[in-house]
Amino acid sequence: MLDPKIPEGPLNEKWSLHKSRIRLINPANKRGLKVLVIGSGLSGGAAAASLAEAGYQVECFCFQDSPRRAHSIAAQGGINAAKNYQNDGDNIQRLFMDTLRGGDFRSREANVYRLAELSTNVIDQAVAQGVPFAREYGGLLANRSFGGVQVQRTFYARGQTGQQLLLGCYGSLSRQIQAGKVRMHTRTEMLDVVVADGRACGVITRDLVTGEIQRHNAHAVVLATGGYGKIYYLSTLAMGCNASAVWRAHKRGAYFANPSFGQIHPTCIPVMDEHQGKLTLMSESLRNDGRIWVPIGAGDKRPAADIPEAERDYYLERKYPAYGNLTPRDIASRAAKEVCDEGRGVGPTGRAVNLDFRDAIERLGRPTIEERYGNLFQMYETITGLNPYVQPMLIYPASHFSMGGLWVDYNLMTTVKGLFALGECNFADHGANRLGANSLLQACVDGYFIAPYTVTDYLAEYVKAEPIPVEHPAFERAESSVREAITDLMSRRGTRTVDEFHKELGTTLWDSCGITRSAKGLGEGIERIRELRERFRVDLQLTGSADRMNPELEKAGRVADYLELGELMCRDALRREESCGAHFRSEFQRDGEALRNDEAFMHVSAWEHGGAGQLPTHHEESLTFESVEPGVRNYR
Amino acid sequence: MKITLKIWRQEHRGERGEMVEYVLDDVSEAMSFLDMLDMLNRDLIRRGERVVAFDHDCREGICGQCSLHINGRAHGPRALTTACQLHMREFQDGDTVFIEPWRARAFPVLSDLVVDRSALDRIVEAGGFVSINAGTAPEANAIPIGKAAASHAFDAATCIGCGACVAACQNGSAMLFTAAKVSHLSMLPQGRVEAPERAARMVAQMDAEGFGSCSNIGACEAVCPKGISTQHIGRLNWEHLRGDLAGGA
Ligand SMILES: Cc1cc2nc3c(=O)[nH]c(=O)nc-3n(C[C@H](O)[C@H](O)[C@H](O)COP(=O)(O)OP(=O)(O)OC[C@H]3O[C@@H](n4cnc5c(N)ncnc54)[C@H](O)[C@@H]3O)c2cc1C
Ligand code: FES
Repeated sequence: MLDPKIPEGPLNEKWSLHKSRIRLINPANKRGLKVLVIGSGLSGGAAAASLAEAGYQVECFCFQDSPRRAHSIAAQGGINAAKNYQNDGDNIQRLFMDTLRGGDFRSREANVYRLAELSTNVIDQAVAQGVPFAREYGGLLANRSFGGVQVQRTFYARGQTGQQLLLGCYGSLSRQIQAGKVRMHTRTEMLDVVVADGRACGVITRDLVTGEIQRHNAHAVVLATGGYGKIYYLSTLAMGCNASAVWRAHKRGAYFANPSFGQIHPTCIPVMDEHQGKLTLMSESLRNDGRIWVPIGAGDKRPAADIPEAERDYYLERKYPAYGNLTPRDIASRAAKEVCDEGRGVGPTGRAVNLDFRDAIERLGRPTIEERYGNLFQMYETITGLNPYVQPMLIYPASHFSMGGLWVDYNLMTTVKGLFALGECNFADHGANRLGANSLLQACVDGYFIAPYTVTDYLAEYVKAEPIPVEHPAFERAESSVREAITDLMSRRGTRTVDEFHKELGTTLWDSCGITRSAKGLGEGIERIRELRERFRVDLQLTGSADRMNPELEKAGRVADYLELGELMCRDALRREESCGAHFRSEFQRDGEALRNDEAFMHVSAWEHGGAGQLPTHHEESLTFESVEPGVRNYR
Repeated sequence: MKITLKIWRQEHRGERGEMVEYVLDDVSEAMSFLDMLDMLNRDLIRRGERVVAFDHDCREGICGQCSLHINGRAHGPRALTTACQLHMREFQDGDTVFIEPWRARAFPVLSDLVVDRSALDRIVEAGGFVSINAGTAPEANAIPIGKAAASHAFDAATCIGCGACVAACQNGSAMLFTAAKVSHLSMLPQGRVEAPERAARMVAQMDAEGFGSCSNIGACEAVCPKGISTQHIGRLNWEHLRGDLAGGA
């Protein structure tokens, strides 16, 4: 049984008690301690800046050409915080409970509480950095409600909340770079974690411009490398998002928790062309006024306007009268898939449903709709060439977020000593389903307010100790395994491109380990992924060279890791014989609703890597809830 | 559609480059411009050739990583649109499309269409922030900020740092980029305190990086995918001047 190291004390005092017990390090000694932060998104950028402010030597890495381009930049909707500025009865307890319930009681209570508790600090921090959140006429901060909760606690900056938060964070990071306390390595990819004497002591990287392989040592390593939803190929994530950093850490001993918990977002622009490389998210707020429907009859190819009212099925309103078009993401996604599976999907591929604003335009007038959604409608038109004012938007679910990730304890340390994981790449706070506007929050809380304390506590053991030198055999071994992997990839002389393999993996996972899962489908998925991995070994074609910029080589390394992670996702989903949150097993349902099994599965699944050709070992962290009796979600 | 591409090919920094022609026969209108480049790369791999390197990540017009000079215009023909948001329906069957990297003294080419824009990061490092440490911020609502001021600050803050403004400028000036950051922060009380010094330091860094000076032509605003206004340049000059008058840096 895994020990999450949850501190003693009542839930609402755990963090402050824990902080007061954390060891301190004097400023002179801090200067001698070095931390590597992999990732410059909200979690990594915040951690790098804050650790440098605290006095440590920091080196930060990202694969983009600037830390400002991390994928946090793309978040649109907003960030939650229990400020209760609207005086609508919100407080820490409510945000905590909403998050716990949203996660379907598969997250760690103490972590979730801390997330809610620290939420208010994040808003203070961001405003002080100059983040231009939306404001009321009186000059105070504005809020909106988001994702089906009853209070208005979401702070937002037009549709660019992630961008503005990240630019604030990038400012803080830049200040530390200028001060000489952070050394930034852009266009650099981490390819391995080095573990010696039982603790993380460095990383191996590749310079994406020159191909140079480098060793970096430190007293601690922090991974903040984001989510792996791009494993499905088509997703709302940026093209470079990857699992490689966490997967390679996993292979060096870090357990992987709940890998199959991924969020599929219901409102994305569907595939319009077979060559498409990514899908674009349309803000969930559209569901406030748009009505979702498909024709009642299968194979109905008439344009939307020609389908009379009586022949339309507003299936969410029909099935979930209480929440209607605003049902949670997982339920809305599943329902869309079902109607398309029945042959009632619309659009060029039949894999889309209508999101119709006709009634809203009639009721509120076009100017109001324009004011509320003008920029989104424009974005939709830019991408599809279709006009949503005159015909319904086409939407379809797409992979969006990974709740699963590296297992971490309360201190955000993985099962490898000295190796921390922050932000979307850990698993801790969202359980089986993430609530809207909670992941920007988690990334910020982890980076600004938790890691600076818990990393300090760890480093206190190593004051005055030199970091393990890069000449240590562990560095030697890690570097040669990285070099061998690259040489191996470059030597493949097959016939198919990396993208073709990635696409095939994506389709396989989408069918077997996507919106709906079953034992049979997952079993077949595992077989197909294994077979695909074998074909990738012999039939991959790469061009260019390894000592130059080579985007194909970068992608190949990522897909090689995805091909392994994909199998683990299926195994995890197979083992979890229940339905919870976004994990829906068709065998475990009652009247079409998820059937959780708390007796057998009230735990986190944490997988230990089995080594080449070996199956992974399953470990459990059991979950207990002292604040509340786990209830059943009901949106009918 | 049949599209003829003429693309700048240069394997590595400092090496010789040239325009190379490629022909794609079945480009569809629904394709994005970058999907089309992906298709070209797939063909190149099948022929055993090195792919065309180009920068991109979010493909949603927000990260600022894509940076293509298309038919002589930064980000291509469509106003207020990054290259990644451009779709092939903007082109016609039989068109020839020229694709080049950003050209500016401060942006050396790294490979094919990829340039080094780290000079922009260094301008921000010189002062494009509010000096505040994590955990020391005052209560967020302690300082009310008028909706209009917040909104103006936002207009400047939407800069995605792509560098199109530099690429479009005949002098290779980074004035619009720098001004947007100075303006964003100086319009908010949080950033006001450091405003004159920030302007001075960022401008000094801009000069040190080899960006040219601004001659008020406005080509930058015309290509900016976020529509950032050259009015911000006025504000930058004002802050800079104020710093000088006060005997600042
Ligand atoms: C389209 C979209 C909209 C969203 N909207 C919202 C929203 O409205 N509200 C909300 O709360 N959340 C939202 N989210 C989720 C949220 O944006 C992310 O969960 C969060 O920003 C993740 O931050 P991060 O710091 O963990 O990772 P990221 O921001 O993804 O940063 C990852 C960093 O790691 C680096 N990296 C990765 N791998 C390597 C490697 N191998 N070597 C070196 N560096 C590496 C990258 O360069 C990058 O700097 C949205 C997500 C998407 C995709
Ligand atoms: S790829 Fe991000 S803006 Fe174009």
